[in-house]
Amino acid sequence: MNDLMTVVDWSRWQFALTAMYHWLFVPLTLGLSVIIGIMETIYYRKRSEKWLRTTKFWMTLFGINFAMGVATGIILEFEFGTNWSNYSWFVGDIFGAPLAIEGLLAFFMEATFIAIMFFGWEKVSPKFHLASTWLTALGASISALWILIANAWMQYPVGMEFDPGQMRNVMDNFWEVTLSPVAINKFLHTVFDGWVVGAVFVCGVSSWYLMKRQRNEFALDSIRIASWFGLVGIILTIWTGDGSAVQVARVQPMKLAAMEGLYNGKVGQELVGFGILNPSKDRKDDSSPYLFDISIPYGLSILANHDANTFVPGINDLIDGRTITPQNDTVYTESYAERIIIGKKAHEALREYDHALAKGDTVAMADARSRLKENYRYFGYGYLNTPDEAVPPVGITFYSFRIMVMTGGFLLLFFIIGTISSMRESRLWKRTWWQWVSILSIAVVWICSEAGWVTAEVGRQPWIIEGLMPTRAAISAISSSTVELTFWMFAIVFTALLVAEITIMVNQIRRGSDNDKY
Amino acid sequence: MIDNDTPNPNRHLSSIRSCIGKIIRLYVDGFRSMTVGKKLWMIIIIKLFILFFIFKLLFFPDILERDYDNDTERAAAVRSALLNR
Repeated sequence: MNDLMTVVDWSRWQFALTAMYHWLFVPLTLGLSVIIGIMETIYYRKRSEKWLRTTKFWMTLFGINFAMGVATGIILEFEFGTNWSNYSWFVGDIFGAPLAIEGLLAFFMEATFIAIMFFGWEKVSPKFHLASTWLTALGASISALWILIANAWMQYPVGMEFDPGQMRNVMDNFWEVTLSPVAINKFLHTVFDGWVVGAVFVCGVSSWYLMKRQRNEFALDSIRIASWFGLVGIILTIWTGDGSAVQVARVQPMKLAAMEGLYNGKVGQELVGFGILNPSKDRKDDSSPYLFDISIPYGLSILANHDANTFVPGINDLIDGRTITPQNDTVYTESYAERIIIGKKAHEALREYDHALAKGDTVAMADARSRLKENYRYFGYGYLNTPDEAVPPVGITFYSFRIMVMTGGFLLLFFIIGTISSMRESRLWKRTWWQWVSILSIAVVWICSEAGWVTAEVGRQPWIIEGLMPTRAAISAISSSTVELTFWMFAIVFTALLVAEITIMVNQIRRGSDNDKY
Repeated sequence: MIDNDTPNPNRHLSSIRSCIGKIIRLYVDGFRSMTVGKKLWMIIIIKLFILFFIFKLLFFPDILERDYDNDTERAAAVRSALLNR
């Protein structure tokens, strides 16, 4: 058991490392591609040399980021086959189909039009070139769509039926998987987050030029576009973030409770705006979960249900199956202890199916299959020994959520002030302290974006597929030393590549917009 | 006498050839005129080599694909693994 948990832990660390590394590049691709589209559209309408130069400069930085990000996501697929083979098999075509569509449709669309975007300036008409730029941006977003559909299914598995013969979840409703509200919200939230990342990047780099008193006109033109785009992006990110909170409250209430460090919920639940968790808090004692907190009255009820007078369950309520209805009645539904019993019944039915299959007893197989179907919704709970094992790491989830919200709030303020200033002779943008704020915001936006993913992925633990499969069942029978070795190899290779990327990017920024060669 | 409405297969073939030629020239000329792009392509090639020829081949086999011959055996292996965790 100890070695199994070590493999699980190392595999999770490895997956986190590769996913977070991959996520350094993706949001910038999503955001910068649209900003380039806007700039080229201005060039197309005005036919002015300065907008052509501006478009080409940001396009070069986009190209560097795109090239460095290529294939970083493939490593995740390697890990699925080696470290997470039970999971890979169990998810069947539900994971395979969106990823295949992503590979065939979006990747080729992106790869085709990106070539025209970079090489086609003198080869195709301006209109065709502009269309290619926009199609590259669209292709990047479509790529993200299919990946996020697959991720959303892990958070909220729908549109499938488990087949014990194949040991796979078989998709029976493509549209339910694709149009799941969790998937749609996740997609929009992620793409708009990419817009914010792209906008902050453009503002930060342009501020560096202003600080160096170089290319002022180019920098201010870029800031005007990026600050507007960033403001729209951050407002839409907050709006879809609110939608995500509603979905989390509906389908992953334990994640929401962990995000808030909430143990005992109530009607009109407050939201912790800022807080320090009590490290010695045990869910069964009466001590306060916080050493210090500043809370917003009714905030969590409004966030989760868009209604100040609704009940938001805490960790203990969920474990006990306790809820309070709008009529103020306390109602008990399935507790986690009952879910564990149901999960174990599902395991027993699968075991009987296995025996019947070995004997070729079709009647017993049909009987076992039917009992498995009846209890399958809590299949994953069958692996748990106590309800406490279903509680995610509260500390990481709580703090990563706050980091995301606070840095997001800062970015909202940054873009409101930045946009207003960019409309009024851009005086603020010419001040050194604001230029520093803008440059340092590049780090802030990436911290914000990565913190969002940490909240989403750590908050759903112990599940790799919500309620159906915990990480420890998903793992392959491999040794922890192999995973540990490859973890450190990845860490070294990724660090080297990141240093190479930042060096090339910085050199290109220093060279500026006068050189439009790729 | 030639019927103008009859499609000329040779003309189609030559227009396809010319189109393919233009696409190839787009890539060849594009790669030739690269500056920073050449450095990037070198990094991409090194990266792909490390990923596919070192990591994938030596450290990341598809375990079920490697250890079992067909889907029935793979399903049985996963069933056994999931029932014994």
